[in-house]
Amino acid sequence: MANVPEGLYYSKDHEWLRVEGDSGTVGITDHAQSSLGDVVYVELPRAGETFAAHDTFGSVESVKAVSELFLPVGGEVTEVNESLNDEPEKVNNDPYGDGWMLRVKLSNRGEVDGLLSAAEYEDYIKSE
Amino acid sequence: MRYIPNSPEERQEMLQGLGLGSAEELFDSIPADIILKAPLDTPAALSEVELLERFEALGAKNAAARRPSFLGAGAYTHYAPTIVDSLIQRSEFFTAYTPYQPEISQGTLQAIFEFQTLVCQLTGMDVANASMYDGSTAMAEAVLMAERVTRRTRVLVSAAVHPEYLRVTETYVAHAGIELGRLEVEEATGRTRLDPAALDEGVAAVVIQSPNFFGCVEELKGFADAVHAAGALLVVVVTEAASFGLLRSPGACGADIVVAEGQSFGVPVSFGGPYVGLFATRERYARQIPGRLVGIAYDREGRRGFVLTLATREQHIRREKATSNICTNEGLIALAATIYMTTMGRRGLQEVAAQCAQKAAHARRQIAALEGFSVPYSAPVFNEFVVRAPSAAEGLLRRLAEGAGVTGGLALSRYFTERPNDILVCVTETNRRADIDALVEGLKAS
Amino acid sequence: MTITKATTHVTQNEALVFERSQSGRRGYRLPALDVEETALDELLPAELRREDDLEGVPELSEPDVVRHFTRISTWNYNIDLGLYPLGSCTMKYNSRLNERVARIQGFAGLHPLAPEEDAQGALEVMYELQRHLAEITGLPGVSLQPAAGAHGEMTGIMMIRAYLDARDGAAEGGERPRRNVMLIPDSAHGTNPASAHLSGFTVKTIRSTSEGLTDLEHLRELCSSGDVAGLMLTNPNTCGIFERNILEICRVIHEAGGLVYMDGANMNALVGVARPGDMGVDVIHLNLHKTFSTPHGGGGPGSGPCCCTAELEPFLPVPTVVRAGTETGDDAYRLEYDRPQSIGRVKAFYGNFGMHLRALAYILTHGNDGLREATEAAVLNARFIAQGLADTYERPFDSPPMHECLFTDKRQTRKGVHTLDIAKRLIDYGFHPMTIYFPLIVSGAMLIEPTESVGRAELQQFIDAMKEIAREAVEEAETVLGAPHTTRIGRLDEAAAARKPVLRWRPAGRSAGA
Repeated sequence: MANVPEGLYYSKDHEWLRVEGDSGTVGITDHAQSSLGDVVYVELPRAGETFAAHDTFGSVESVKAVSELFLPVGGEVTEVNESLNDEPEKVNNDPYGDGWMLRVKLSNRGEVDGLLSAAEYEDYIKSE
Repeated sequence: MRYIPNSPEERQEMLQGLGLGSAEELFDSIPADIILKAPLDTPAALSEVELLERFEALGAKNAAARRPSFLGAGAYTHYAPTIVDSLIQRSEFFTAYTPYQPEISQGTLQAIFEFQTLVCQLTGMDVANASMYDGSTAMAEAVLMAERVTRRTRVLVSAAVHPEYLRVTETYVAHAGIELGRLEVEEATGRTRLDPAALDEGVAAVVIQSPNFFGCVEELKGFADAVHAAGALLVVVVTEAASFGLLRSPGACGADIVVAEGQSFGVPVSFGGPYVGLFATRERYARQIPGRLVGIAYDREGRRGFVLTLATREQHIRREKATSNICTNEGLIALAATIYMTTMGRRGLQEVAAQCAQKAAHARRQIAALEGFSVPYSAPVFNEFVVRAPSAAEGLLRRLAEGAGVTGGLALSRYFTERPNDILVCVTETNRRADIDALVEGLKAS
Repeated sequence: MTITKATTHVTQNEALVFERSQSGRRGYRLPALDVEETALDELLPAELRREDDLEGVPELSEPDVVRHFTRISTWNYNIDLGLYPLGSCTMKYNSRLNERVARIQGFAGLHPLAPEEDAQGALEVMYELQRHLAEITGLPGVSLQPAAGAHGEMTGIMMIRAYLDARDGAAEGGERPRRNVMLIPDSAHGTNPASAHLSGFTVKTIRSTSEGLTDLEHLRELCSSGDVAGLMLTNPNTCGIFERNILEICRVIHEAGGLVYMDGANMNALVGVARPGDMGVDVIHLNLHKTFSTPHGGGGPGSGPCCCTAELEPFLPVPTVVRAGTETGDDAYRLEYDRPQSIGRVKAFYGNFGMHLRALAYILTHGNDGLREATEAAVLNARFIAQGLADTYERPFDSPPMHECLFTDKRQTRKGVHTLDIAKRLIDYGFHPMTIYFPLIVSGAMLIEPTESVGRAELQQFIDAMKEIAREAVEEAETVLGAPHTTRIGRLDEAAAARKPVLRWRPAGRSAGA
């Protein structure tokens, strides 16, 4: 069973968001990483780029597939996890910790309300 | 039909086993209206003997294949060691397909890895792919790649790039939102003129061929510095791969992408194909490279093997976002080139290049000394050079062929109608002294 | 029973050619230079010359080279060895006679820029092949220039774009043309959307029905938007099934103002039986390295001629080969460049001429009745396999297969065995695996195309092997999951290979960045 920690928000595209004040940290869920298989490459944007909610901000590649990554809420990228260039397997091994992908400054904190709670996300992946 | 193992009787039994009365019933799902009622209007079968007679007769009509030739311009006559052809005719190489199942395709995969390495060594670059169709399409794909990497949409192409290569690139970029600009050729030297004003921040890449279409060796380092200062990429095109044996590698001169035609490496001229495109670039652009890539991989017991890798760039995964639509490339030709490069080896490649340069220099000197003939460009050359004749080149070459039995070169009017008296002459290690003398004497007599 | 692998034998551990290299070895000998030698500095200044002495390029003797490539060749499965059932690849017999034809010096030694009067034999070969391909497809316009299937596909789609621009008016500046949508079935090969994209089209996907056919209703719905430029279709489709509604499909597209492009990868089910031109198709590409047996060569060279209707002929690449009468009454063959609406060149010179020769030899060796016979035998062989495996593996669609049949791993996954494992285990039985995980619309797809070049006994051996594997999947799943057991290397770690790609050899002591 996939790990779905409390205290995070989730999107239907299988990304998670941890909110700290005006900032958020984004990554993909345990369910996502296990469906993808061994991650070989993560394509991330540069700090300073701005996205709206649901915009594609990058992609994650396994050997035989590529999946786009969608930002759960709108914001400006403040930090990117560069270590994923050399160690993309962090996304598989620790998707909520070392496998974080980027930090954003939220442009509209209200957008967070449109996301799923841990319980809602668990139900969602059960029904898929 | 002798290529079909199951005899008509066996096939009849198989049909019955399927509950079908005749072969026609196999096609019941095809609308009756479009099922052909009569055989195709193509010839009846020929036996092996008849077929060979037919093709030998057709081959005999190609007079140009039987005479010494000084034609270059994108296809080059070099000597291929006998083992190249005998090895590529091994069933295991030529009847195998794309190495999708690496455990039973290690021969193909290892050979491609060796090919990629050799291409990197000769071009002076970090990463090379498993081949493109030919030099012309490799150049077109390099232009598309430059746009992907820089996100800029203008590409400047030297007017001394092979005209057919330019035509192909024009076709490829027609709907890609890329604009092609032109860099002129200096009248006196035959080299491309660097136009610093044209190098603005809208330029993704500058494309230079060296040796260029007129045989002149370009000053690549100067171009590299200027192009990089403008934040653009330098794409270098090489049509005569034999030049890698003598000329400084494009990588050492600062190229970002190198594309080349590999036909000189053990591949027959064969009326234009199949050839093999080489494509190489810097490490940092590896994920933007088109085509297949082979990399090292290990099995559970730590044994080294090779696999197709970074497939997520390719069409079967990325589909419309792929770096290219290329699927089948030029596998067997790349293998022939690999075997050539390893048979000739370090010293052989150098010796072939040296002989080409020496013989070309000799021919150039002799022709330049003929009355009425001149060599219009002053830049150094490798094995091709332009000669200006006192009269129309086409007629002159015709008389040379009929009289001296020699194909003297290419009349440039084929591509440049404003240059009726110019001939592009190519000399390789296969042109003997006697042939060169015949060429010179023949030109004199015409 | 223990399985012993021949991994310690020298022929199974052949190193890279660079690792075999020994300074001073020679594999060649050129005739001595027969012109006076000029100092290199006078020919080319030092700054233009190579300064690395080609370091790293191997030095080997001739026996070294022969041994090296012969050894590694033995690690390859190949058609001459046995059944190679890759779906949509048409791995049929590669005739040696065709190889002999291609090596006739009059062809192999002919330069593409030789004057036309001295290349009449070659031009006649191309002209004749053009004619026969037109007859086979029912489409009169032919270009032999594209070098591979994907290349021919790009050509065909560019021609559609050019035709529509001429008919409806081209877009101004950077604006998108009104008709910019290319419809592609969800079962299509990845080259299709990639090719559409190269011509500036956007792609919309058409669903397949539960029968594995193109969904006509969805097609009509997508066509009603008025922006459809065309449809890219494979027929038989990638599920191996003939699109029996093809006439209606083409009618719908034409009525909507678009054109139909057919991916000719599956022509082995149609040659001599039905013609794309008669189906309403406007342009098709052929794969000479599939249907017409030119060798696959480990991944090429291919050849992807493009055939089209008379309406699309003006847009064909230049040059094509035409025939013109001369004063002497002899028909001369010429290269025709006068085609003002042509999309231009897609390749330097005229295409993969060596493959044109082989394909023509194939057509003449078969003869018109042999061509149909081959098609019938190919479809019959696929049906034979489909019937043989019907009780063992799940068939996603009921429609009778044409030249290839499609199965899934659904029954085997209950015990944890997937398509990949079945494919790897098939290697232990001495066969090359079928195409796996394609088409994408079927989970765990296995696409099997035997071609006509296989005999009944061998087909039965394949069926028996597949049945054995199915039994193993239930009774001793570990055997299948750990396969292959009999190859010199086992399954390779492709994830690690993709994370830290090593794409070339380097001398010891040199890092990747050097």
